[in-house]
Amino acid sequence: MEKIGFFVCHCGSNIKATVDPNVVLDGVRSIPGIVVAEQYPYMCAKTGQNMIADAIKTNGLTGIVIAACSPRMHEATFRKVAEAAGLNPYMVEIANIREHVSWIHKNKEEGSQKAVALAKAAIAKVKLNAPLFPEENSVIKRALVIGGGIAGIQAALDIAEAGYEVDLVESSPSIGGKMAQLDKTFPTLDCSACILTPKMVDAASHDKINIMTYSEVEKVEGFVGNFTVTVRKKARSVCMEKCTGCGDCWNKCPVKNIPLEFDLGLQNRKAIYIPFAQALPLVPVIDREHCIMMKSGKCGLCQTVCQPGAIEFDQEDELVTQKYGAVVTATGFETINLDKFGEYAYNDSKDVITSFEFERITHGAGPTGGELKRLSDGRKPKSVTFIQCVGSRDISGRGKPYCSKICCMYTAKHAVLIKDKYPDVNVNVFYIDMRTPGKAYDEFYRRGVEEYGVKYIKGQVGKVVDKGNCLTISAVDLLDNVKMELETDMVILATAIQPVPSAKPLASMLSASIDTNNFMTEAHAKLRPVESPTAGVFLAGAGQGPKDIPETVGQAGAAAAKVIGLLSKDVLLSNPCTAMVDINACNGCSLCAPVCPYGAISYGPATVNDHGLKTIERVSHINQALCQGCGACVVVCPSGAMDLQGFSNKQLLAEVDALC
Amino acid sequence: MLNPAFETKEILLNSRTIAEKCMKCGRCSAACPSYEQMDIRPHQFVSYLMRGDVDGLLSSTTLWKCLSCFACVQRCPRGVAPAQLIESVRLAAIRQKGGDGITVEDVVGELDDEMPQQLLVAAFRKYKG
Ligand SMILES: Cc1cc2nc3c(=O)[nH]c(=O)nc-3n(C[C@H](O)[C@H](O)[C@H](O)COP(=O)(O)OP(=O)(O)OC[C@H]3O[C@@H](n4cnc5c(N)ncnc54)[C@H](O)[C@@H]3O)c2cc1C
Ligand code: SF4
Ligand code: SF4
Ligand code: SF4
Ligand code: SF4
Repeated sequence: MEKIGFFVCHCGSNIKATVDPNVVLDGVRSIPGIVVAEQYPYMCAKTGQNMIADAIKTNGLTGIVIAACSPRMHEATFRKVAEAAGLNPYMVEIANIREHVSWIHKNKEEGSQKAVALAKAAIAKVKLNAPLFPEENSVIKRALVIGGGIAGIQAALDIAEAGYEVDLVESSPSIGGKMAQLDKTFPTLDCSACILTPKMVDAASHDKINIMTYSEVEKVEGFVGNFTVTVRKKARSVCMEKCTGCGDCWNKCPVKNIPLEFDLGLQNRKAIYIPFAQALPLVPVIDREHCIMMKSGKCGLCQTVCQPGAIEFDQEDELVTQKYGAVVTATGFETINLDKFGEYAYNDSKDVITSFEFERITHGAGPTGGELKRLSDGRKPKSVTFIQCVGSRDISGRGKPYCSKICCMYTAKHAVLIKDKYPDVNVNVFYIDMRTPGKAYDEFYRRGVEEYGVKYIKGQVGKVVDKGNCLTISAVDLLDNVKMELETDMVILATAIQPVPSAKPLASMLSASIDTNNFMTEAHAKLRPVESPTAGVFLAGAGQGPKDIPETVGQAGAAAAKVIGLLSKDVLLSNPCTAMVDINACNGCSLCAPVCPYGAISYGPATVNDHGLKTIERVSHINQALCQGCGACVVVCPSGAMDLQGFSNKQLLAEVDALC
Repeated sequence: MLNPAFETKEILLNSRTIAEKCMKCGRCSAACPSYEQMDIRPHQFVSYLMRGDVDGLLSSTTLWKCLSCFACVQRCPRGVAPAQLIESVRLAAIRQKGGDGITVEDVVGELDDEMPQQLLVAAFRKYKG
């Protein structure tokens, strides 16, 4: 006969204000099997925990139900209490009377009755619980970092410094990410490359870090502590070991007019190229789509001039499979396409550019050698106009609903950079709201206004028209409520940012979730901001949400700390609430394997008992290490052979019966 | 005169737009070709309604200066549709004028099978004098 203990928590006034604990206790006391029914203001506090432990020991309880907050909050706490008191932790059930009752109802009488109902359901379930025992899985002491921007570089360095092997996978030919493309950085205006390059070199020369550039993750299998990942190393056509980075090849290559991605197409590159002078590794790639040799079998100039003989036209993509204990995603961001914003004339005028393009124009290695020039006629502008929030905070369907967070600050930076070099240039910034929270950020923006004479106008621009020798801006100064028709020579759009397109397929490979905007989702917005809800997958950088460099680096360090914590364990306990097949009932129909998102189901012969007759049949088999207990197979099984341990059909039906 | 609170609610409802979504960016005003002829500008229009100052709107020149060009609607990043708000107030003004709007009794005698339904609907928006 089961002996069930029942405990109701007040959660201070959180629960007690809407649920009368005495009503709940009276509602369950007479249920057969209940031998203890108690209440306490804070069940999770030490005294509350002791109360449960004592009750288990004194009464030899076979199961307990705690009516309290969500199991997401304290199920683990109470399971530990049970285990320490000698009760299998899976004999604990939680009735969520806080999130599901007191926080969402106002009427105390109804709230108390609903709490009783939920308590009864949990009691009905716990009576059918069986002790479960987790398995131990070993932890592979190696981490994978996906994305070689500042987030990925920092995370890789921190993990490697703790002594673990790290593979850093980057899809472009060099690590560095967007930070490598920036000129100066707010709020201190230090040169981006000067602070980034040493970190790139540290990562490249670290004996624990293995960098794979021009590479993409192709397949992910496994689970926390034991992921198996296949990476496609795209054919570079240049031997990494032989190449010295001398540049003879790209100097000789006759294909000249391919837009350089790194310069956002503002400069051209060859068919064999490095994206920028400090690229790491300093080994070129051949763009096979444009190489004459690849297209027609003629040319081979690069091969002729390459002294060490590093050019390998016949290289093929290489697939590398490796095991990892933890994965960090750091895939970063891109700016949105402006096709839907015709009123800003971005597609019509060379003198309307994005802020990201301006970074290249103001950069010494950029298309104008760092000189402020109109891209249409090379003239130095007398007036430059910035427009903020282009495509951000937009719910009309043309842009993104969120604030891109970095643009108020980088626009303040751009305005100051122009004023600093060219004090005679008129700089206007159209803004909706100024968002400058951050250490020394508002002071920086105010310096732009007060010391450099940058003019800020509240109001978003309605239209930009290219008149040939100048651009006209129609706007309204909302503070003075006057119409403005402004002539300017250059317009710079603070364009919204979004996650890279590869974030979505990557998230589904990792079974990690993404939000409606394709940013990686964290396990808890406040308390677990660098973990994905999928165990073993961690998040860093602008792929998780818009953020600047200091925040990115902080988050990357935090993700690395989580990885180190995980890799420092020798074994991980698995979740025993997995699917279980009754082979005597399974008819081998094969419906279950296709629905399993974790590839945990296979089929094979087993000796089954067919009404007393022993025969060998093809039946379903669950790999307990891979199964995550999602229950998809249970739903499709037509013969009732599949069930979920800890959440069996019987248990769930008993809950429903107890409710109505 | 109708109860102003009720009127605001009805105007918002008829406009099929949610004024609270406005973030005061001013793109509607920046796009409006009639801005300078108006005493209350498109972005202010939204705040007048949110304050419930319907009288102020009813007596404004804006009602009759708006061209219904929908530039403001096209540009608004928040899907507010100021032109629809303006139209809604305009209709309220028309209905109120002298309180002599067309009634069901007025049209019964005029009905014939050929008459498009749309004409009837439109007639109820008009006044007699
Ligand atoms: C115009 C502009 C100016 C800025 N100025 C400043 C400033 O002054 N100060 C400041 O603090 N911040 C600034 N920022 C913000 C800064 O750029 C970001 O905070 C920072 O780059 C985020 O780093 P990240 O590593 O998360 O992303 P990224 O820099 O985008 O790096 C992501 C990397 O991952 C790679 N990648 C993407 N997908 C995959 C995949 N599937 N597989 C493998 N690799 C992949 C990408 O190629 C890239 O190398 C600015 C941003 C912009 C747009
Ligand atoms: S073989 Fe291709 S990459 Fe080499 S020089 Fe010729 S076109 Fe350029
Ligand atoms: S950071 Fe500033 S410019 Fe960028 S979207 Fe937010 S408010 Fe607009
Ligand atoms: S619809 Fe009216 S308010 Fe809107 S832009 Fe046109 S004239 Fe201005
Ligand atoms: S454009 Fe839309 S959000 Fe902006 S002020 Fe006008 S109504 Fe408000």
